[in-house]
Amino acid sequence: MGYSFPEEVLEHVFSFISLHTDRNAVSLVCKSWYEIERWCRRRIFIGNCYAVSPGIVIRRFPEVRSVELKGKPHFADFNLVPDGWGGYFYPWICEMARAYPWLEEIRLKRMVITDESLELISKSFKNFKVLVLSSCEGFSIDGLAAIAANCRNLRELDLRESEVEDLSGHWLSHFPDSCTSLQSLNMSCLLSEVSFSALVRLIARSPNLKTLRLNRAVPLEKLSTLLHRAPQLVELGTGAYSAEIRQDLLSNLTEAFAKCKELEGLSGFWDVVPFYLPAFYSVCSRLTSLNLSYATIQSPDVTKIITQCPNLQRLSVLDYIEDTGLDALSLSCKELRELRVFPSDPFVADANVALTEQGLVSVSEGCSKLQSVLYFCRQMSNSALTTIAKNRPNLTCFRLCILEPRAPDYQTLEPLDHGFGAIVDHCKQLQRLSLSGLLTDRVFEYIGNRAKKLEMLSIAFAGDSDLGLHFVLSGCESLRKLEIRDCPFGDKALLANVSKLETMRSLWMSSCSVSLGACKWLSQKMPRLNVEVIDEQGDLDSRPDSCHVEKLYVYRTVAGPRLDMPSFVRTMNQNPAYRR
Amino acid sequence: MGPQGLGLEITELRLGLPGAGGGGGDERSEKKRNVNTVVGWPPVCLYRQKVERKVYVKVSMDGAPILRKVDLSCCKGYLELGMALEKLFGCYGIGEAMNEESESCEYIAIYEDKDGDWMLVGDVPWAMFTETCKRLRIKRRSYSNGIGLHRTNN
Repeated sequence: MGYSFPEEVLEHVFSFISLHTDRNAVSLVCKSWYEIERWCRRRIFIGNCYAVSPGIVIRRFPEVRSVELKGKPHFADFNLVPDGWGGYFYPWICEMARAYPWLEEIRLKRMVITDESLELISKSFKNFKVLVLSSCEGFSIDGLAAIAANCRNLRELDLRESEVEDLSGHWLSHFPDSCTSLQSLNMSCLLSEVSFSALVRLIARSPNLKTLRLNRAVPLEKLSTLLHRAPQLVELGTGAYSAEIRQDLLSNLTEAFAKCKELEGLSGFWDVVPFYLPAFYSVCSRLTSLNLSYATIQSPDVTKIITQCPNLQRLSVLDYIEDTGLDALSLSCKELRELRVFPSDPFVADANVALTEQGLVSVSEGCSKLQSVLYFCRQMSNSALTTIAKNRPNLTCFRLCILEPRAPDYQTLEPLDHGFGAIVDHCKQLQRLSLSGLLTDRVFEYIGNRAKKLEMLSIAFAGDSDLGLHFVLSGCESLRKLEIRDCPFGDKALLANVSKLETMRSLWMSSCSVSLGACKWLSQKMPRLNVEVIDEQGDLDSRPDSCHVEKLYVYRTVAGPRLDMPSFVRTMNQNPAYRR
Repeated sequence: MGPQGLGLEITELRLGLPGAGGGGGDERSEKKRNVNTVVGWPPVCLYRQKVERKVYVKVSMDGAPILRKVDLSCCKGYLELGMALEKLFGCYGIGEAMNEESESCEYIAIYEDKDGDWMLVGDVPWAMFTETCKRLRIKRRSYSNGIGLHRTNN
């Protein structure tokens, strides 16, 4: 039996298939397709760095050019994963440095990466082009200096939301004068000043620079100098947006912005002095993306901006926008796809701003293309949620955070089960959902029955019993990631749905009622799951099986138990000899 | 890691000055409950929380008709705050008074916290102070005698 087509033809056909899911499907067709596909896969995405080992990846895919890895679970963003848990990049770079000399791109999220690793990257890959470190930590300015100095063809350096030790400050000058390839630079997370002259020189010799996100330390007085050197920018993140009130400064800045005819996205805006806001009004009509979520400006100023942005597709903003501002948004921005409203004062129970559920209802009415919502507020009702659901059946991501845990419908004092039920009922393409407020097991019954496309679900302070968890695990066919905190879910639902867990990327449960014994049983029953118990109180060995674990992280893996755990993490059923 | 902040209210030193009621009585409508008793809730990214916003608080002083404002995020500790206050009001020695047992300064500094209570400046760690301080007040020590201001050692 021969092939229908020569290998080269199949390879050519496969080159048009780029989505990871499609590539994975292709590789399952037959053995010869598997072989051909693995030799020509250039980009790999690993959603959980512990699901597979570097060795296994390299053996299967020898010709990779681009690697994307994710480490810590999502709840690490909210301080729920203790320091030292894991997510180290070092083992990966050690093997990739040897195996992938032609590697061009590395994208990491929530991983720990050291200066040593950065140096290894900079020296191992002659054609290295793209480094994206999203919410990463463990490195300093020295590591960045190595990247700058050694990566001759660097195109993109993006440090979004990473924690960088930057005591030494000066690293931009390490980019050689011959480096002119930079297209994207995001240093918004850096705390200390960079050398301004080095920055100007770098920008001046980077004609293809499209994205520049400055850090807060770059003063407003210097922004126009930078803009004059880079009028071709498509995305700009300002530094601190404050200065002494000076008319000449405003004119200079206005003129500089006016020269940027390609600008489509703006961000930054720390410490805003409203006097300087009109400087960028000239670019508003072109803006598709606007991040004002660090701008502590009041509703009238925010409204003035957004009513000039008819092409806005993505908006992030603080709740200072208030319901009135969201009304204006719903009337002015008919192209809106994504809205994120963050709380200005999250730790105070009483409202400091006039932002309620009504703002979101308005936007759901006026913005017909709205797909993705992240909304922090202090009150919600079933009727508002139902209205939103009926208005926007095209929602794919709905994350609602009512600040007070277990807050009921503020009008009827009932649970919000029906409201969220309406969301999953009407929004048939919903992929991501975050719940909040007072919720009983009933909402999970709705979700299990209706949310067939749901891939990620976040639950906090909700439910009555194991039945709630059981509804979700047994009903949500597309579920990949489930994260739960402070819910009365225990052993029964977990142990009744063990095989479901192998179809998912991961399950997180903290401050629930899962027993140590159940964790042990689960790991014995399912050898291809790592059942990690995270418990900082120490002494897990001497605890009775009936005691509840603090935190549980279960994920499927072909790499077996990991060997880099700190003392407060245990993989159940693991040979004690492997423990650190 | 249990909930933070519970039960400490019993040990807090409360200032109840005669007459005007510590300067905050008329505005002390309802106590604002602090939602920050649970780790990781509300789910706001640490990155977003770490962004230091300028924290300007009003400062009033006995006898001074005009209030001033001081930026707490500029000061790295009580000593710097004391220096800033000295610059604004000429109340010399107030920095040391915050830090030590010293009774030599003519003035004491008190602040209104998020619960609406008036507290002595200097008792709690600086970071906690900047988060809970809503406004400051500088009072002459002679008016505060007999209230029972005993500083406990940290």
